[in-house]
Amino acid sequence: MTGLLLVNSLCKRFGGLVAVDSVSFEVIAGRVTAVIGPNGAGKTTLFNLISGTIPPTSGQILFAGQNITGHAPEKVAAQGLVRTFQLVQLFQNLSVEENVKVGCHLHTRGGVLAALFRPRWAREEERAVEANARELLEFVGLADVAEASAATLPYGQQRLLEIARALAARPKLLLLDEPAAGLNREETQQLSSVIRRISERGTTVLLIEHDMTLVMNTADAIVVLDFGCKIAEGAPEDIRTNPAVIEAYLGGVEGISSVTGDNRKVVADE
Amino acid sequence: MRLHATILQLKAMTAQQSGSRRRLLAWLPGVIGVAIVLYTFIGGGYLVSVVSFGLIYALFVTGLNLFMGYTGQVSFGQNAFAAISGYMSAVLTTTYGWGVAPALACGIAATLVVALVVGYPALRLKGHYLAMATLAIGLIAYEVAVQWQSVTQGYMGISGIPPLGVFGYEITSDRGNLAFLALVAGLGVGAAALIRHSRLGRAMTAVAGSEDAARALGIDVARYKLLAFLIAAAYAGLAGSLFVHVVGFVSPEVYGLHMVNLAFTMLYVGGIGTIAGPLVGAIIIILLPETFRSFRDYQDMAYGAVLILLLIYAPRGLASLSDLWSGRARG
Repeated sequence: MTGLLLVNSLCKRFGGLVAVDSVSFEVIAGRVTAVIGPNGAGKTTLFNLISGTIPPTSGQILFAGQNITGHAPEKVAAQGLVRTFQLVQLFQNLSVEENVKVGCHLHTRGGVLAALFRPRWAREEERAVEANARELLEFVGLADVAEASAATLPYGQQRLLEIARALAARPKLLLLDEPAAGLNREETQQLSSVIRRISERGTTVLLIEHDMTLVMNTADAIVVLDFGCKIAEGAPEDIRTNPAVIEAYLGGVEGISSVTGDNRKVVADE
Repeated sequence: MRLHATILQLKAMTAQQSGSRRRLLAWLPGVIGVAIVLYTFIGGGYLVSVVSFGLIYALFVTGLNLFMGYTGQVSFGQNAFAAISGYMSAVLTTTYGWGVAPALACGIAATLVVALVVGYPALRLKGHYLAMATLAIGLIAYEVAVQWQSVTQGYMGISGIPPLGVFGYEITSDRGNLAFLALVAGLGVGAAALIRHSRLGRAMTAVAGSEDAARALGIDVARYKLLAFLIAAAYAGLAGSLFVHVVGFVSPEVYGLHMVNLAFTMLYVGGIGTIAGPLVGAIIIILLPETFRSFRDYQDMAYGAVLILLLIYAPRGLASLSDLWSGRARG
């Protein structure tokens, strides 16, 4: 049980607003950790801080023993921490397969000369990239549409493609920013099975999610944020009955049954 | 069960067929371009020089396409790089008596150095700001060409520039120039195709698609913008140098704003972001005024009308017309 990611009293202020208020938690290698919280709790800001999209005001982020606080996103990605986006950010001008191939960027090489003269190593590398892309598309169930333009995919498949593309970068830690947003029930089920299988492959996952079904089905550990502060942390069954969490989500009204009972879309904030 | 499998197989087969038909159609614009070049080569006449210019522009626009079409950036200043290399070639061969090949190589090298110095800070800008900055680069290059009379001879220009050639061989005929330029343009377009389907090309296209996503996958966005800018500048430099050796004369007007205008028209008419687009666009746009010569006073009007029709019926350019024919056009 080692902490792959250590977040240490992380703060982010936007003017007078404290979006993330000295949050500390750790992500254990091999687990699926979920960050939940009502809208405006600071979840996405937290993700942006971890992935280097914005620098923190104070605090520290340690990833695989390295201090990555304030590093640029491409540097963070090179360390093995790869994220997806709340609003899917595909390369619309490329095919499905090419999108995944772009994901292989970090562990391939070759610039202008390799492109023009195609030495043997470059051709072999290209074949490996192709095989890797095919394998990942198979993994998320998009092998049939490999040749299609990424822009033509239905939303649910676009999400899966973004995940396949992130996996192509061979992350040690995969950050998923609301992967179930905009998905229907079946798509969400498919997604949670993909997340479970990613975890089984040995990739650690940290996700932000509103969809409680997904969180309860996939997460091994949950961190709860409210108004930028961490209010709870623990196993799903503890979080489900935690009074502070219920208070944050449902404003103290009787909602315990809906949280503990049929755990579909309890969250009334979207 | 068996029936189901057969149906699936049939579906796969028809999909494959339409796929190969599509691929064939995708080649069509390129084939038409090559056919026009062959036709003029055999037919001869003054069209040979016109198409030769078209091929030089094809190189220039291919570079521009790498930067704008693939990488999704804007540059109104590529004419500056053509000017630097063109003048370098002209001055080195006339004033200093250099051979054409080393002068051309030096011209491109100088272009790359300037593009690096200019591009490093300028590429931090985005969208309109980048467009303005690059426009300024083009205007500055023009002013320098006009004012630095001791070297460029100002508006007078430099004449008597030796024709293309190497090791004592010189290309003196128009047909020879056309053949050579066709070869160079072919290599230029081929190189762009190789780049597009490589790790480099994918990274460039990723930058155009989403900078955030590209960075999240470890792509150094600034680096790939600069690389695309440098490659585009090299194409522009090559085109600029070839031009002065084919024409034998250079003046500031050659690389004026109208060059940018023409190149943009070619890029959009041919099809931005496609491989054959720049070649097709360059040849068609260079030939259009010739086609309408018989319209006399109405020549410009006819030219304008054709451009508008092209933009209406082939908004993604001529190179994407094959999509229309194969019934796979998307809005």
